[in-house]
Amino acid sequence: METKSIMIVGVGGQGTLLASRLLGSVLTNEGYDVKVSEVHGMSQRGGSVVTYVKYGDEVSSPIIEKGEADYILSFEQLEAARWLPFLKIGGKMIVNTQQMDPMPVVMGKAQYPAGVIDALQKAGADVTAVDALSLAVQAGSAKAANVVLMGVLAAKTDIGFDTWMQAVEQTVPPKFLDLNRKAFELGYQYQ
Amino acid sequence: MKQLKIGNEAVAMGLYEGGCRVASSYPGTPSTEITEVISKYDDVYSEWAPNEKVAMEVAVGAAIAGARSFCGMKHVGLNVAADPLFTASYTGVNAGMVIAVADDPGMHSSQNEQDSRHYARASKTLMLEPADSADCLNFAKQAYTLSETFDTPVLLRLTTRVAHSRSLVEAGERDDCGVKEYVKNPQKYVMMPANARTRHVVVEQRTLDELKWAETCEFNRVEMNDTKIGVIAAGICYQYAKEALGKNASYLKLGCVWPLPVQKIKDFAAQCDKVYVLEELDPFIEEHCKMNGVEVIGKEAFTMLGEYSQSLIAKVILGKETESLTADLDIPPRPPVLCSGCPHRGLFYCLKRLGVTVSGDIGCYTLGAAAPLDTIDTVVCMGASVSGLHGRNKADPDNANKSVAVIGDSTFIHSGVTGLIDIAYNQSNSTVIILDNSITGMTGHQENPTTGKTIKGDPTTAVNLEALAKAVGIDRVRVVDPYDLKQTESVIKEELAADEPSVVISRRPCALLKYVKHEKPLKVNPDKCKGCKSCMRIGCPSISFRDKKAVIDFTQCIGCGVCSQLCAFDAMEKGE
Ligand SMILES: Cc1ncc(C[n+]2csc(CCOP(=O)(O)OP(=O)(O)O)c2C)c(N)n1
Repeated sequence: METKSIMIVGVGGQGTLLASRLLGSVLTNEGYDVKVSEVHGMSQRGGSVVTYVKYGDEVSSPIIEKGEADYILSFEQLEAARWLPFLKIGGKMIVNTQQMDPMPVVMGKAQYPAGVIDALQKAGADVTAVDALSLAVQAGSAKAANVVLMGVLAAKTDIGFDTWMQAVEQTVPPKFLDLNRKAFELGYQYQ
Repeated sequence: MKQLKIGNEAVAMGLYEGGCRVASSYPGTPSTEITEVISKYDDVYSEWAPNEKVAMEVAVGAAIAGARSFCGMKHVGLNVAADPLFTASYTGVNAGMVIAVADDPGMHSSQNEQDSRHYARASKTLMLEPADSADCLNFAKQAYTLSETFDTPVLLRLTTRVAHSRSLVEAGERDDCGVKEYVKNPQKYVMMPANARTRHVVVEQRTLDELKWAETCEFNRVEMNDTKIGVIAAGICYQYAKEALGKNASYLKLGCVWPLPVQKIKDFAAQCDKVYVLEELDPFIEEHCKMNGVEVIGKEAFTMLGEYSQSLIAKVILGKETESLTADLDIPPRPPVLCSGCPHRGLFYCLKRLGVTVSGDIGCYTLGAAAPLDTIDTVVCMGASVSGLHGRNKADPDNANKSVAVIGDSTFIHSGVTGLIDIAYNQSNSTVIILDNSITGMTGHQENPTTGKTIKGDPTTAVNLEALAKAVGIDRVRVVDPYDLKQTESVIKEELAADEPSVVISRRPCALLKYVKHEKPLKVNPDKCKGCKSCMRIGCPSISFRDKKAVIDFTQCIGCGVCSQLCAFDAMEKGE
């Protein structure tokens, strides 16, 4: 199989690392060669963060570059726009509609652009926009938004629901299992 | 069973399997997780040392005593530990000793982009460079045997993309080789001139022996495919090249980057039409090739700056570029910021109001240099805030009452305390502020000598910063709570005005620590908010401005209350 590339982007502290770990464990269980590249350190402090996940028969480079991602899963609108150039022509984007103001916007030095989702679509991207925060609250806690988003992504892959759910069960703390199961299901059912 | 592990975890697994018994490190991105993972093994003694020099000396001592040892650090940490490195190369080891050093091309979390390979050559120490997690495990494990075979410490060089990328590894058995006998041998272990002169002879012979080994060792591997393009690469660049060129190129993958083979490179190059050296940072392998008369293409076609990648290689070698989409939007940058509720924020706000010159240091609080706080004037290396302030105040004593140093608790112990001794001993009228958030924050929450806990979380003695400052000769020592802006500002003012050196300890644990209880998020009462934006001056990521009013993000706010001290209209209300 040719190598597939998935990017998970968002704001430091949003739980993108948990999402990439979950994805990594699903793909490993499926028997693929897998590479996941994370960035730790400085940017974890509320900066723009990105994780690369690649899988296939044999993966060499752990990073994804412009025009290479089959999927981009964005935890925040502006970050989706920032990383759009990394999407492969014909690739798919899943975007959480949550907006988080970066510091230049907070300080009034820049504006948070309006109509991000429209602009992504106009640029030619296949976008699924989802209000993951509301779905997470519906599942029981705003903190499960990352698992909701994983559910949305899961539904677009060839990997079965049960395999995904198993990985969710292995990755999240037992205390929050019910919450995360529900969050994943809500995401999975989202069209 | 195959497991997906970051390079650093895999290094730890390799060290464990290689029989590591003593590990001492100082944290530093991207090297920290190696030692965090080692600390989970009960049959390895592990610790956070106060700094890299201490860590390396602990490892040297343990290796000479007969236990396989380890120390790990980021690239700049090796500057701090360079002194023991150069001489441990002369003494050699008894049991094996491995030093992991993690470079950071692209400076994801670093203040410079130095290339550690120069240290291997300069100190005449063998250096291995893994290219993925499986290599990390394997190389770390074998490094112990090499260290004992050649009687040398062995350097294991990582870069961010290897250290922090997950790939598949398989765990093996631990080779618990026990503790070797220590035999007193001053000619080998007491490095004074007469002994060192004879040891230097041994070191030069050792390099020749290693070189012979490097010509045929399994770490340096040739993969022949199409011979129009030949690639010589080590570490992550080998992966980038494979992805960009696949079977259209042949490869010499170097797993040992010091000493570098000569004949092996010549033989490989002779089989290829055109040979590229692919290496990030300095032309280390390239210069070796050129010096030995091998014609290669290197930096003239690539770059000394930042990271390489598959697309850079495809572009330069194949002239290939990938198409991509762009949205028609102005996208503001999203720089890192101090977290919601970070205790550093209040302190920097006070310093900004006081308009002082701030000699800065390295840690989360370096973000005090970013807008809107904008308070820090200089950042060089760990510890330089304190000694740099002393230098400034000696150069410009008239303005000593308008300048301060800021330094975190971990950084102060690392190398700030020596600067403070200089201030006391040579009497400059300096005000040093220690930002004591009870943790090593920047690198992801490691314990340190001020926190009262060991690497395993067990209780231990804690450095008393007040007593330490007094003991070195600072009479004026004050403690403030940075959530209390009024108190903080007035104490700093008093200490600036005083005609002698002082230490102010700004004390409040990091808001992300598990034991720190968060208050309910604050809420802006829109009827009271006048939209004056006073609260925005502290740069809190929880506060934004919508429809001419401040709004607080309930998912982020921890109710620290610093913003409410800035609001003249009492618009910040406690949530229920
Ligand atoms: C010589 C050296 N070693 C390690 C590092 C990595 N590093 C950067 S800041 C820091 C410690 C920060 O802790 P602290 O001083 O307590 O400040 P905090 O981040 O908690 O605010 C470390 C270990 C470095 N930059 N230089």
